[in-house]
Amino acid sequence: MAVPEQLHYTAEHEWVAIDGTLASVGITEHAASALGDVVYVSPPAPGTKVTAGEPCGEIESTKSVSDLYSPVDGEVTEVNTEVEEDPGQVNADPYGIGWLFKVRLAGQPPADLLSADQYAELIKEAD
Amino acid sequence: MTQIQPAGQLRHSPLQPVHERLGASMTGFAGWLMPLRYGSETAEHRAVRTAAGLFDLSHMGEIAVTGPDAAAALDYALVGRLSALAAGRARYTMICAEDGGVLDDLIVYRLAAAEFLVVANAANTAVVHKELTHRAAGFGAEVTDRTSEYALIAIQGPNGAAILSAVTGTDLPEVKYYASQPAAVCGRQVLLARTGYTGEDGFEMFCAPQDAEPLWAGLAAAGEDQGLVPAGLAARDTLRLEAGMPLYGNELGPDVTPFDAGLGRVVKLDKPGDFVGRAALAEVAKRPPRRVLAGLTCRSRRVPRHGYDVLWDATPCGTVTSGAPSPTLGVPIAMAYLDPEVASLAAETAAGDSSRLSIDIRGRGEAADLVTLPFYQRRQ
Repeated sequence: MAVPEQLHYTAEHEWVAIDGTLASVGITEHAASALGDVVYVSPPAPGTKVTAGEPCGEIESTKSVSDLYSPVDGEVTEVNTEVEEDPGQVNADPYGIGWLFKVRLAGQPPADLLSADQYAELIKEAD
Repeated sequence: MTQIQPAGQLRHSPLQPVHERLGASMTGFAGWLMPLRYGSETAEHRAVRTAAGLFDLSHMGEIAVTGPDAAAALDYALVGRLSALAAGRARYTMICAEDGGVLDDLIVYRLAAAEFLVVANAANTAVVHKELTHRAAGFGAEVTDRTSEYALIAIQGPNGAAILSAVTGTDLPEVKYYASQPAAVCGRQVLLARTGYTGEDGFEMFCAPQDAEPLWAGLAAAGEDQGLVPAGLAARDTLRLEAGMPLYGNELGPDVTPFDAGLGRVVKLDKPGDFVGRAALAEVAKRPPRRVLAGLTCRSRRVPRHGYDVLWDATPCGTVTSGAPSPTLGVPIAMAYLDPEVASLAAETAAGDSSRLSIDIRGRGEAADLVTLPFYQRRQ
């Protein structure tokens, strides 16, 4: 499973790409693979205030439904409407066109975000 | 996410090396480690509807009932009249408790006058074996759990017969729906049955465990240019749901009678002699149904799941037993037990009319429509 070096991760199997004060969020390839075909995503609407570690939406596959968690504190600026239309993009390209939402950071990103190495270790233990 | 049991405690199918080579996502299912999907379960589902799918069903239980009184023992033990079954034919039936609750749904193959093969759900094989043994005591019949002596491979879908015909000398049009016969497939001896759980035409092959790998490989090669793909339990579940077929643990269970599930026709109250559950089921048959199994389609993309409440005017009126996104219909579908009054009210309400019927999906009512089961029926 790919775990791109430049991203940060959470134990909830989300990735976050931080560019200045803007964070893009998605789910990892490991999560997409474990879920199976994603059939519905409901990311938080633009303008929603999100808190790191709190549920802020949901993602459904054929077999299950999971909460989406925000990896950071801030305000949602944009959601990926194309993924809402075609949730299969999460499986096809979880780190690219399958991104879910963007957050304008309130302050610094949480210090407990995982590095690629730490996340790779986490999913290795789970296997 | 899927509950994965520790792999060490799970039984392995004889096809486990094949699944590993194919990179399947494996899951614990009724004590077995089985393939959930090989790639996209939606693609596997569509392949079965349009071409063909290859399934490993080796987790299913096979219980042999043999002896001069085997038919009489099964007539007493099950709700169906198995003595009326001709050799070479099969029947869908159930084993019930004294109180009429369903202990398992079964396919029973009559292989010869005094030889039956009872195929049980993996989760219930031990219970079915124990009950059959107990119920057959006093009859001239022997009950043997032969699960470990069989692998079970299914080929399902419109191209299944054509693929199979290339690797067997058996005249497939002669193998009727719900019939079985010994056959050579890919040079291996199998019991070839025209049965399935997908809503498509298809075949199931019971074979010796050591023959499972070559049989699988031979079928996969024969189907390569006809769209045959390996298909896992995830696709099997959405296929059977679209076909309106019950799943034990969802639509069926010890607190459900065959009549609740709309399957009262399998209960042969007119067969001679007593059978376990007869008195209770005769009572149930006389009364109006206490609930009805209904099909629902959703207008939202959120998926109803097992256990969710069905609402009529925002008041609970039933429970979802199975729900999934339907690849064929393109919307979420569900089977649910409904209050009979609400079911008839909903049936009178034209589809697309009002939104009195809904499903409570994690706290939010999502509009649903009552539809006639099955959701999908293949063109004959």
